[in-house]
Amino acid sequence: MDAMYIKPFIASISNVFSTMMQLPVKVGEPFVKPGEGPSSDVSGIIGMSGDVIGSVVLSFSNPTAENIVALFCGQKYAAGSPDFADAIGELVNMVSGGAKALFKDRKVSISCPSVVLGANHIVAKQSDVPTVVIPCVTDCGTVNIEVSIKDTRAAAANAAGAAAKA
Amino acid sequence: MRILLVDDSKTMRNIQKAVLAQLGHTDVLEACDGQDALSKAPAFKPELMLVDWNMPNMDGLTFVKTWRQQNKSTPIIMVTTEAEKSRVIEAIKAGVNNYVVKPFTPDLLSQRIQETLQRAAAQAAAQPAPTAA
Repeated sequence: MDAMYIKPFIASISNVFSTMMQLPVKVGEPFVKPGEGPSSDVSGIIGMSGDVIGSVVLSFSNPTAENIVALFCGQKYAAGSPDFADAIGELVNMVSGGAKALFKDRKVSISCPSVVLGANHIVAKQSDVPTVVIPCVTDCGTVNIEVSIKDTRAAAANAAGAAAKA
Repeated sequence: MRILLVDDSKTMRNIQKAVLAQLGHTDVLEACDGQDALSKAPAFKPELMLVDWNMPNMDGLTFVKTWRQQNKSTPIIMVTTEAEKSRVIEAIKAGVNNYVVKPFTPDLLSQRIQETLQRAAAQAAAQPAPTAA
């Protein structure tokens, strides 16, 4: 996956966490997720469509998610409560929305967020798109952004180029 | 002042309500999407609306376009993650008066609310009073 689709997520999560929670984020080295391994305890999921398609997942352990939601909402909610899920959904919404605004010359829409809870659940993604994991370390714990997206315009241009060569 | 808050996220509604309370606005009605807002707004007669863009059932842009067919003057602030310039232009064309991109600081939201209300008051004052037939 092109770095032009990773950097916006790094910029966006830093902006969201610092603006809404005054929580600094230290970003680790992104890596390709081997296979469809499990995420953590809590996943906030957003779909992308348009010139870029795929999904973005914010993945947290329960204690990390509870700490971050408490900072975001100003009060503690138990993992699994409707307010907790709502807050996780809004966080992934803001991170994805901020990132897509930084995609150059690409028109992208985002879905309403979904939240999945449960230890070691698997978020199935498109099989032909690698998932890049961006580890984000905070004082509340580590949040992983799992980006699994494909540039449909670039893919169409590549296919047209290959057809012209053949 | 009656304020209608339209956002599918209760978390965001709570954050915005806290900012409104700091500004002294407590007459706030909440709606969870555009359809809900359309059903509540006519009776509530809001004097300001804060509207999210991406919501289930009816998105904020569709709500604004629909509301503007019956009411041209209610000040509307779009509060959304949609940050692209083209989106802002689309929203302004639909009838939005001001725009706040999430994430926002309480200070920024307060500032946009105050400037929107000031502009609306200035426009209302500039309009000629209706004359008797």
